[in-house]
Amino acid sequence: MLSRIAESLFWIGRYIERADGTARILDVHLERLNQMPLRQQRQASRELLAIMGARPDTEDFGLPQLLHRMAYDTTNATSISGSLGAARENARRARETVSAAVWETLNTTWYGLSQHRKDVVGTFHFCQWALERTAMVRGSAESTMSHDESWHFLMLGRSLEQADMTARMLSTAETQGGGLSWVTMLRCAGAYESFLRTRGAAFDERYAAEFLLLDRLFPRSIVHSLSVAERTLQELDPSTQRVGFQSDARRIVGQVRSFLEFHEPEDLIHVLPEHTDRVQKAVAQASNSISRKYFSPAAEAAWVGENS
Amino acid sequence: MPDLFEDYAAAQGRSAAFDEMFGRDHSVRAEYVQVAAALGELTLDDVTARADSMARTFLDRGVTFDFAGEERPFPLDIVPRVISSSDWDILERGVAQRVKALEAFLDDVYDRMNVVADGVVPRRLITSSAHFHRQVHGFRPAGGVRVHISGIDIVRDQEGTFRVLEDNVRVPSGVSYVLENRRAMAKGLPEAFGQQNVRHVEEYPRRLLSALRKTAPGGIEDPTVVVLTPGVFNSAYFEHTLLAGLMGVELVEGRDLVCRGNRVYMRTTAGERRVDVIYKRIDDEFLDPQQFRSDSVLGCPGIVNAARAGGVTIANAVGNGVADDKLVYTYVPDLIRYYLSEEPVIPNVDTFRLEDEAAREEVLDRLDELVVKPVDGSGGKGLVVGPDASREQLDALRARVLKDPRGWIAQPVLQLSTVPTMSGGRFSPRHVDLRPFAVNDGEDVWVLPGGLTRVALKEGSLIVNSSQGGGSKDTWVLADTPQEPEVPLPAPPEAPRERTHLWPIDVGVADDGGAEEQPEQQQ
Repeated sequence: MLSRIAESLFWIGRYIERADGTARILDVHLERLNQMPLRQQRQASRELLAIMGARPDTEDFGLPQLLHRMAYDTTNATSISGSLGAARENARRARETVSAAVWETLNTTWYGLSQHRKDVVGTFHFCQWALERTAMVRGSAESTMSHDESWHFLMLGRSLEQADMTARMLSTAETQGGGLSWVTMLRCAGAYESFLRTRGAAFDERYAAEFLLLDRLFPRSIVHSLSVAERTLQELDPSTQRVGFQSDARRIVGQVRSFLEFHEPEDLIHVLPEHTDRVQKAVAQASNSISRKYFSPAAEAAWVGENS
Repeated sequence: MPDLFEDYAAAQGRSAAFDEMFGRDHSVRAEYVQVAAALGELTLDDVTARADSMARTFLDRGVTFDFAGEERPFPLDIVPRVISSSDWDILERGVAQRVKALEAFLDDVYDRMNVVADGVVPRRLITSSAHFHRQVHGFRPAGGVRVHISGIDIVRDQEGTFRVLEDNVRVPSGVSYVLENRRAMAKGLPEAFGQQNVRHVEEYPRRLLSALRKTAPGGIEDPTVVVLTPGVFNSAYFEHTLLAGLMGVELVEGRDLVCRGNRVYMRTTAGERRVDVIYKRIDDEFLDPQQFRSDSVLGCPGIVNAARAGGVTIANAVGNGVADDKLVYTYVPDLIRYYLSEEPVIPNVDTFRLEDEAAREEVLDRLDELVVKPVDGSGGKGLVVGPDASREQLDALRARVLKDPRGWIAQPVLQLSTVPTMSGGRFSPRHVDLRPFAVNDGEDVWVLPGGLTRVALKEGSLIVNSSQGGGSKDTWVLADTPQEPEVPLPAPPEAPRERTHLWPIDVGVADDGGAEEQPEQQQ
């Protein structure tokens, strides 16, 4: 298939998961932020924005600005609106490849972006709405697209971004000023019920972190997401060698996944920041290497994205 | 105050009840200041929109009770009920005290009946109770606790004094609404939480599970807990699923269980698995066809014998109904003095015992001004409010009381306290009660800081039951000091990243310089 189309699919996958992850993080943190004294609220807003990978653009950055940057800013693909817009833009360019159902879902979503009140209560609704829309995109892609090469690129983007988003989610535990309880953390990832059924009575924050980082069966856990990425890379390039891997991406993803899986988690909380940092770096590197291998052997050949 | 409260003072004036938000001089009480400020910012449109969306959320999430075969949401009012920390202190002590006394009473009743020998209560009070079950006489349940979970209904009278209205130590329900109401309010009226410290309710399932595990039969290292439900048609089925889900345990029906050798097992895909603790959400009468109603298909034959042999813990214990019999209720202050040598922290509502001839005569003379209740009813069933009843109803009631005086009690009509409630486009006073939930693990009685506030949605109505047009309110207990989340994620050590290198130093690709700050985007 065309590199350009493959790249679009890869990024649709990433943006969908980014919108989903950002909505989850914002939803739970908003509840907490809203109950803080103003000064603490500002500090925590800045920290949260930093975890999402952006810097405050004004001096008096507070909750309203955070809502704008994480939810409504259409000019920036770190926000929910921005990601959903970018996903739709990519689908528009690959319209003949994605199924009509996926395109329509994304397009409807894009037109729905402005239909929300931007206060605190409105943002709760907006996050909920974004979760529903992304679930719908995933569902219609799953049931209407052939699981061929195009599907693999979509999945690759999704699984890498999912690992990245879960890592950021775990990083939000570091924000100062009234920590987040493990219950909230698990709710954030939609993992609460799964966790309880797996762990039963073992109520402990260490297990919660372990679950989100290492569980092999929970779809949003980092290890699971990385395994999916690894398998997908293998599907895309099934050639085997006696030694090593041809694809850098496979090596990077495999290395970080096996390090996580084989690491002895005796003091997981203590080393958690380092784990999440490494995962985020590895995702960035893998993404770069995929891009070099499949999308743009020469940078100038790439089309100009909406990021210009 | 904005126009939404315009007619409130007038409506408050029409009633003699104690208003929880406004004093007699119409000033806002201290604990409600923040709520009043938040509501003051809202217009009618805002309030309506939020109330609608909260109701829709409840339907979507399936937070419903079953009424006449239909799933209905339990209406949640947008104004929370706020309890100051000093008031809560009274409630907490009072509820814990009452649970301890009832626990001691039940232990005594099913054993030596010292309370009768010492002349505190007459023997026939106990033996004539419909819920005194001889089948469970003469043994102490495994784990030693009988009242694991209780819901003591409390009201405030005209002076604002808390009084216990009734005890529920069989199968108290409603705690799911406490949890769900809080979630809905956090998203529906976030402004009102503001910077005050509303105490969390989310730890309830964890406390419950830990109490259930603690009271498991001896010698079991990792006890298996299950919730036993009568099934999907029960009016509280939603609550059963929620609690089982939040505790991460199986929700079983009677047909999933089997008793053998005085042990209880559940049928699973991996064969039979032993059950150690059963959180029983069905009535005693249906629990065990061998002992109680032989036509019951909801229970599991042999379960009572297993409990007697100490092979399984049943929570709450079988036979607890004798303690929340409404005639026994009139003796509870005496029981507190007898077992605990303490004075009751929360008084009862004055009650006539109709077996006493003088009292009965007085009551029959004044039937039209009293509330008359059957002693073993719950959920407001069979209750007659004198002033609202017709001539015929009163005559029928009189005949029934004369026929079975043991079966009834009478109380003065209590003006329950009121809280502003959204109705017809404005806030107006509506009567409320309160059901705090307590969990007893054998060592300590923990009272959930909050509780279920039920509200009668019709003006002047005193009946708050959900099956009779009641709604609920989120109940906020304020804390004096800022509270930490109950299990905070520990803050990571100051600068571990520089020192610990548990990762291989280099992953191999050199060109990742500074890519961490900005998330990558398409080029």
